[in-house]
Amino acid sequence: MTKPILELRNVVTKVNRNTPEELTLLKGLNLTINEGDFVTVLGSNGAGKSTLFNTIAGNLSIDSGDILLRGKSIVNESEERRTRFLSRVFQDPKLGTAPRMTVAENLLLAAKRGQGRHLVPRRLRKALPHFKEITATMNNGLDQRLDTPTGNLSGGQRQALSFLMATLKRPDILLLDEHTAALDPKTSQELMQTTNDRITEEDLTCLMITHHLDDALTYGNRLIVIDNGQITFDVAGDEKKRLTQEKLYSFFSDLDG
Amino acid sequence: MSIGLGVSAIGQGLLWATLGIGLFLTFRILDFPDMTVEGTFPMGAATCVAAINHGIDPFWATIMAIGVGMLCGLVTGLLYTKGKIPILLAGILVMTAAYSIDLRIMGRANLTLLNKPTLLKTAFLKSLPEYFDSIVLGMIVIAIVTIALVYFLQTDLGQAFIATGDNEKMARSLGIKTDNMQIMGLMISNGLIGLGGALVAQNNGYADVNMGIGIIVIALASIIIGEVAFGELTMNQRLVAVTLGSILYRFVLLVVLRLGFNTNDLQLLSAIVLAFCMMLPVFQKMFNIKHIIKRGVTSHD
Repeated sequence: MTKPILELRNVVTKVNRNTPEELTLLKGLNLTINEGDFVTVLGSNGAGKSTLFNTIAGNLSIDSGDILLRGKSIVNESEERRTRFLSRVFQDPKLGTAPRMTVAENLLLAAKRGQGRHLVPRRLRKALPHFKEITATMNNGLDQRLDTPTGNLSGGQRQALSFLMATLKRPDILLLDEHTAALDPKTSQELMQTTNDRITEEDLTCLMITHHLDDALTYGNRLIVIDNGQITFDVAGDEKKRLTQEKLYSFFSDLDG
Repeated sequence: MSIGLGVSAIGQGLLWATLGIGLFLTFRILDFPDMTVEGTFPMGAATCVAAINHGIDPFWATIMAIGVGMLCGLVTGLLYTKGKIPILLAGILVMTAAYSIDLRIMGRANLTLLNKPTLLKTAFLKSLPEYFDSIVLGMIVIAIVTIALVYFLQTDLGQAFIATGDNEKMARSLGIKTDNMQIMGLMISNGLIGLGGALVAQNNGYADVNMGIGIIVIALASIIIGEVAFGELTMNQRLVAVTLGSILYRFVLLVVLRLGFNTNDLQLLSAIVLAFCMMLPVFQKMFNIKHIIKRGVTSHD
């Protein structure tokens, strides 16, 4: 269980390179994720949480350092290529699904994540029973709306669908970017519970950004805090279990001071 | 109105429908306006007419027009995806360049097909009554194009293409190469527009460098009229609606010409028809037309 699956070594990420607005977002960040880790990621706005995700996913290229997947460097792989082992769910429900395509069509697209798309029939009908089964596990009526364009779904249903799509084809690494933040408290808790169940059940390796200290403490086996482009706090296992909200709060106020 | 004119309008509508279907792929599916079509249409026409004048069989001359159209789409696609030029400008650049290339292809501003073979002069089509030649040819072409596209859009590749236009960020996060999808879409779209140019030139009997002006408005009119007339449809039905919209548009033109306008007014009229159709939703809201109609047809209780 302690085999490293993803390693970031001294990663430096800049934006607006060679302009007066040049900004260094990740400043020599080091992070080793082990297979099966469920890591909650905390940090104030602008600390570099989303930059970390964009760097891992390949939306942003790095200036120095290295990113390794199972010991092999992936820094030269494009964003599209990295989707073969990586999937993500965004905060905005609009970003995760194609609004004019139906729920089933979206799922079919996700089932082929990272694969070549060829001139062969899509075989939607054959996949329908399977889609019905897995959408039913979401317990929010999604299985009744397989033929509905996702633009007509509620935000909660859309986010549940986005999460389902991200895990439909098992990813080596799952990135959740505050995926419950845009939902009402009840729906948010339900999706969080489903998320936890599925990650535990399938033993997925996951990084989850959250602003809820509660969620960060409750879920996952490891907690990291990012500040000013570096990891400033990293606890796992029993040590994380012993962590309390008060301790985290005092840690954050230390950062501000 | 004579029956002949009506039949002619149907034939014209079918031949011009290839443009509407071509533009549908970029305007509605990829969700951006592609101005390249204003250059592709005359280039398809010029290529086809010049090729026939050089003794090439009309069928192969038409295929060449499709190829040239696809090349135009490829250039626009590369400027847009790799060159990072905004799509509107990328299209205008290719459209402008196309004008010079058309003059090179034809050697002058217009070229006639007088006494030359065309697809419409094959023995079978010539045996038909007047104007039915364009209807039969148009129906054959539209049937092939529509069936091919319906198949394509239901494949893995076609679904990736639709997803790219629907939500580019999501498509990329699922490993779809969105740049390639956009280039492919522009190539297929402009290939169809080139085909439309070749068909219209053969029907008219000539090609002219200026025949591209206002083409995008005509193609858009077929799409929008089809949508306004038939409402909520599935993707496959929408493709057919474009063809019907194209025919309806020809009838609208026929009516306004009957009202006393002449062909020089056509560009103005096309623009007004399109603007009117695109503003229909606003009018509906403003005057609550749906509500009034509903009140009109439900019984009082």
